[in-house]
Amino acid sequence: MRILAHGVLATALAAAGLGTAAAADLTMGLGGAVSSMDPHYHNVATNNMINRHIFGRLVDQDAQQKLVPDLAESWRAVDDTTWEFKLRKGVKFHDGSDFDAKDVMATLSRIPWVPNAPSSFRIFTGQITEAKVIDSHTIHLKTAAPFPLMPVFMAGFAIISDEFERAPTEDFNSGKAAIGTGAYKLKQFVRGDRIELTRNDAYYGTKPEWDNVHVKQITNSAARVAALLSGDVQIIDQVPTADFARLKKDKNISVSSVVSNRVIYLSMDTNRDVSPFVKAKDGSALDKNPLKDVRVRKAMSMAINRPAIVDRVMEGQAIAAAQFLPETFFGTSKNLKVEKFDAAGAKKLLAEAGYPDGFSITLHSPNDRYLNDEKVAQAVAQMLTRIGIQTRVEALPFATYSPRATKLEFSFMLWGWGSGTGEVSSPLRSLVATFDRDKGNGPSNRGRYSNPKVDELLAAALRTVDDKARADLLAQASEAALFDVAVIPLHYNINNWATRAGFSYEPRTDESTLAMGVKRAQR
Amino acid sequence: MTVFLIRRLMQAVVVLFVMSLIVFVGVYAIGNPIDILISPEADQIERERAIEALGLHLPMWEQYFVFLQRAVTGDLGRSFAFSTPALELIVERMPATLELAVAAMGISILVGIPLGMWAGFRPDSVGGRAIMAGSILGFSLPTFWVGLMLIMVFAVHLGWLPSTGRGQTVEVLGMHFSIFTLNGWTHLLLPAFNLALFKMALVIRLTRAGMRENLLMDYVKFARAKGLSTGRVIFVHVMKNIMIPVVTILGLELGSVIAFAVVTETIFSWPGMGKLIIDSINQLDRPVIVAYLLITVSMFIVINLVVDILYSVLDPRVLLKEMKS
Repeated sequence: MRILAHGVLATALAAAGLGTAAAADLTMGLGGAVSSMDPHYHNVATNNMINRHIFGRLVDQDAQQKLVPDLAESWRAVDDTTWEFKLRKGVKFHDGSDFDAKDVMATLSRIPWVPNAPSSFRIFTGQITEAKVIDSHTIHLKTAAPFPLMPVFMAGFAIISDEFERAPTEDFNSGKAAIGTGAYKLKQFVRGDRIELTRNDAYYGTKPEWDNVHVKQITNSAARVAALLSGDVQIIDQVPTADFARLKKDKNISVSSVVSNRVIYLSMDTNRDVSPFVKAKDGSALDKNPLKDVRVRKAMSMAINRPAIVDRVMEGQAIAAAQFLPETFFGTSKNLKVEKFDAAGAKKLLAEAGYPDGFSITLHSPNDRYLNDEKVAQAVAQMLTRIGIQTRVEALPFATYSPRATKLEFSFMLWGWGSGTGEVSSPLRSLVATFDRDKGNGPSNRGRYSNPKVDELLAAALRTVDDKARADLLAQASEAALFDVAVIPLHYNINNWATRAGFSYEPRTDESTLAMGVKRAQR
Repeated sequence: MTVFLIRRLMQAVVVLFVMSLIVFVGVYAIGNPIDILISPEADQIERERAIEALGLHLPMWEQYFVFLQRAVTGDLGRSFAFSTPALELIVERMPATLELAVAAMGISILVGIPLGMWAGFRPDSVGGRAIMAGSILGFSLPTFWVGLMLIMVFAVHLGWLPSTGRGQTVEVLGMHFSIFTLNGWTHLLLPAFNLALFKMALVIRLTRAGMRENLLMDYVKFARAKGLSTGRVIFVHVMKNIMIPVVTILGLELGSVIAFAVVTETIFSWPGMGKLIIDSINQLDRPVIVAYLLITVSMFIVINLVVDILYSVLDPRVLLKEMKS
């Protein structure tokens, strides 16, 4: 059997060595659902992942979410409120038309127009007050206030052809308007089943490796792993942690991993004097909310044995977290370290804060949103109960959990946050900035944490154009928030991909699976 | 007959109305789908804008009223997640589920009836007893486990059949079917068998019970006394009488297979309506859920009606007048 396999392998390698001898197709098995081929319709990771094959962006993110030029060759801040983008010349759309500044203007005009968009891309273009065409390959984008994050935000949406400025979503789904500048062209979109892509031979970047890419949607984890094992697909994402060890040992499978931009953390109601799910151990009401005391929060953080959670619950597929993003990301602080597990110290701190006998609390968690979310919540609850904080876990489907949490019905919650921009201003702004509807601060701050120092540092950072100064301010803001235990970070996920032996995937921190990153492995 | 049909039609309308109200209220009570659809990075203003775009800011009774107004003209609303008309989404996925359901029913009938007849004809033989034991497994093993086992054995270890998805389709009358291609059949076999297992067990037991009951009856004794061959007795006379309960049950089961092949469709990533409904429930995509349940209820009503009429055709003693209660 082994001889036969070697023989087949040798023949295959020889055939590959002949260059364009055989058609090279790639089949990917993805766990997420794609709702549309319209790149401006739904801002969700799975849709964005697919439309990156078809459409280009002004600025792109590499596997570490660092910015690289894509359709914009270079950019600079002309003055405090104006950014200049120089566009790449000689780029053609899939239908042969040229790419120029008019297409960028059409894109900026279409994004707010898309009807019925459940999650608009306006969040990326909303800051732009005026877009001016300087010449066919230069545009100026003006903002009301200094906006250092402009290049980062320009990596958030796809550029369409100006021919389709007012094309409805249906035209993109049928393929008529799905004309982009990307490495692959859309051949067919079968909703809920698969997406067929073919190589764009006129692509300006690195020549795409695959003739055709078949993207199959396999939401059931066991079935996805089975598809990989049987060879029906060559790469899968969202590898279940339970299967990871087994796949690593399998000679026919290679795995690649990288730390994710997603942190799993606990959020607490630090605002109200009486919190709905915090009571004394006998059920009676407490005279004040213990979560408002930083010593109680710190004790809770100290009571959690993060290495144990990483090792046992996440089966090694996580990294204990000290802050909002792993240290390699922009804006993280070198002074924040993972909280050491210290149950005795936690009990002492609790007693110091006035709760020698502890109290009772309910931890709410989703059960179908993040990897092992309910199991992590159960582990945390047991650890807290050991230091005297009697913790009950209530796990809900995300569909029920999220609306209730947004209505502030919970006291203690488990959440995750993945920074799409690849830097710390995203979690700071959304999770710990004081809730302010008009400024757009704190939309996910469901504990209503409020710290004027954090707000001040964050506001300064968002205005600072110099990268180094901004990174420094963001680090300081993180420290201000986390020394005050605004949230309790637990761990960062690890993104895993499994491929058939003979294929390799460059792992990405933004959890995206791109055919452009799948290569035939060098032997 | 006409009175009977009109009465059934009126009942159908009432049932549909009540059901749409129940589902609407139920899904509304769970929560706001906006939180699932919207990007976590969106700010408060964006969230409010999205809520308004989907009409979710209106009070519940007003949303239901808008829905009713549109439903009467045939527009069952647009999916929140896909923005396509809900009806279109369901109809798009219907061929996939239909061919899965028909294949599953086909397998369960073609395999179940002969096996059941053998078990009824020779109940004490090794074969008869083995068939009955097998049927117990058929309806006690959970579908998702059997599905995964089928994938493990046939796709991973033996590599005979593909593990997931639907095969190549051929367009017939504007709809895409995969039963006309060989590639389509290789993809269809495992999920259809998985779905058929439970029905097969049911059919086997029903047929066996029918056989046992009928073989003891006078008309069989009389036919044998007349000198008819065993084959003619069983396949011409007894079979007609067994079919009545089998047809009734299969009719009802067909409805439930079409509507609720959710588990099989999820395991095999079969792009059918069952998968659509479970995904829509998880996303709180209310227009799709309501539209789907309305269609399902209509389908059950039609199937029940057809079964009742067939019943009266098969058994002339039954008069449709009796069906009105």
